[in-house]
Amino acid sequence: MPDIRIAQPKPQPPEPASPEPAAPAGKARPKRASSENSEIRQFLSSRGNSAIADRGFKWLMVLCALSIFGIVILIVTELILRSQLSWHAFGLKFFFSSFVDPDTKQTTYWDPVNGHFSALPFVYGTLVSSFLALLLAVPLAVGVAIFLTEMCPRGMRGPLAFLTELLAAIPSVIYGLWAMYVLVPILREHVNPLLSQALGWTGLFANDNPTGLGFVAAGVILAVMILPIISSLTREVMSAVPNAQREAALALGATRWEMIRMGVLRNARIGIVGGIILGLGRALGETMAVTMVIGNTPEIHRSLLANGTSMSAVIANEYAEAITDLHLSALTEIGLALFILTIIVNALARVLVWAVTRGAPAQVMH
Amino acid sequence: MMTDRLATGLAILATMLVIAPLLIIFVYLVFKGARSLNLAFFTQLPKPPGEVGGGMANAIVGSAVLLGLASLIGVPIGIGGGVFLAEFGRGTRLANAIRFTADVLNGVPSIVMGVAVYALIIKPKIPWLPFTGHFSAFSGGVALGIMMIPTVCRTTEEMLLMVPNAVREAALGLGAPNWRSVLSITVRTASPGIITGCMLAFARVAGETAPLLFTALGNDFWSANLDRPIAALPLEIYKYALSPYDDWHRLAWAASLVLIVLIALAVSLVRYVTSRGVLKGAS
Repeated sequence: MPDIRIAQPKPQPPEPASPEPAAPAGKARPKRASSENSEIRQFLSSRGNSAIADRGFKWLMVLCALSIFGIVILIVTELILRSQLSWHAFGLKFFFSSFVDPDTKQTTYWDPVNGHFSALPFVYGTLVSSFLALLLAVPLAVGVAIFLTEMCPRGMRGPLAFLTELLAAIPSVIYGLWAMYVLVPILREHVNPLLSQALGWTGLFANDNPTGLGFVAAGVILAVMILPIISSLTREVMSAVPNAQREAALALGATRWEMIRMGVLRNARIGIVGGIILGLGRALGETMAVTMVIGNTPEIHRSLLANGTSMSAVIANEYAEAITDLHLSALTEIGLALFILTIIVNALARVLVWAVTRGAPAQVMH
Repeated sequence: MMTDRLATGLAILATMLVIAPLLIIFVYLVFKGARSLNLAFFTQLPKPPGEVGGGMANAIVGSAVLLGLASLIGVPIGIGGGVFLAEFGRGTRLANAIRFTADVLNGVPSIVMGVAVYALIIKPKIPWLPFTGHFSAFSGGVALGIMMIPTVCRTTEEMLLMVPNAVREAALGLGAPNWRSVLSITVRTASPGIITGCMLAFARVAGETAPLLFTALGNDFWSANLDRPIAALPLEIYKYALSPYDDWHRLAWAASLVLIVLIALAVSLVRYVTSRGVLKGAS
């Protein structure tokens, strides 16, 4: 936007004496001496210069915009500063070490009483629950997006899309409440025994956890929460595919599903991957619903039905009550790791989505 | 042909599987929550565990205080950032960097935001700076407000970009200073969209619990003091859901219903006010 301001009129040179050519509208302009100004000109020139107000306003807006930078810098600085204690105590081994108790020969990872802190079970739990959620959510979300974009009758499209977006509006603590008292009993009584019977041979579904909490419960509720994100982004990139692609596929004799597969999904797949990664980013950072159903046990088990924990869950549970500085610093270091992880994942997702839609990515409601 | 039918069937099945949890959650909320709602819920304080009854009046008031503070922080800075991105910085590299940073900030987990605010405001014990050194409603409001900024900023920018240039040029051509043209003409033209963006950020932040867990901390008694811990509806839901008392579980369901209804009411109220009420001239 050019910086336009109302300036003082410069003194005009005296107008030439020859008559001006007639204006196309046919009105002759009256000749006047330069000392007479019309009322309008007098009013405008008396208003003065708005340069100061304009500059002040612009810098106020710049300040607001730079505050976003400032906030991110503040967050990173504080996280790094407060985790220095733990970083100096454990170094990079914080993320993959373990401590063996000499008396009982048991491996522990997180022992605030004795000052042994290792983030391995939390990293494991976050990754396992998030990837399980992706496994469950991606087929459903892409299926919904395909249905809404290509197969749905036009009248139903609006309400169904609205309902899918509504899933994103429910606060996560309500998801957690519902998961604790509706989902977990269902898993405990019906689904988990079935899973350990049918798939127990894989070693991934042991039946030694009768509570119904665990990675499967966390994965299911996380899947429900990231569904709207993946599906809305998929719908957007699928709509961005030009209709010519669809028509070309149909003209070559493809069935509807072949048209969708060849013409639409193939062109939109980068964006769909971006949407999936965005959903992963959301799942990695999700706190409340996961804390309530994952069982909060800082141990590592191969079984998906076992209790576990996650990075955000341990911060939520222990931060307000951590007494020693080392404990607090270890928790802050986990928070820093989570921050960096989600930034990388979200940046990757935004780049992918931008590459397909060629513009600022749309607002996705979390 | 078979794969086509199969694909269609799978897509319909996926849609039903997605809509199902939504409907189940809402049905559960309405039935379990409505059964436990009575006047006492809105007027009484929580009772000690073991006693039946009680309410969450302090949590409703506390949530209102926190959200008010969050909006006070988040909305002006967000709109200012959006105005900069759309009016003064369009196409510059600074604007691109700010837009990217806003998107990154949007993706930061809310618990990390709470950790950062704790480290910034609650941990340092500076005697002459108010609100530092202890849990307070102010820090909770700041955490929620920071979460609102990127959403408001991006939505404002998108809405301002949709205002046709002719409107801006007409205002400038009539002699309005640039700041006046931006404020009274461009922002006012885009105001329905901007207000919708603010409401979306508000609705998201209203349900956030994680940043409040160790900033506002929660409070069992009446308090609207910004300098003290304060109760909030999501915090109470979390605390009651994890408790072993059936009565508290009922209250948690009721509080969830109240939370969702309050969020929906706030959004609809703003929609109404901008479309048919007082602010009609602004649209």
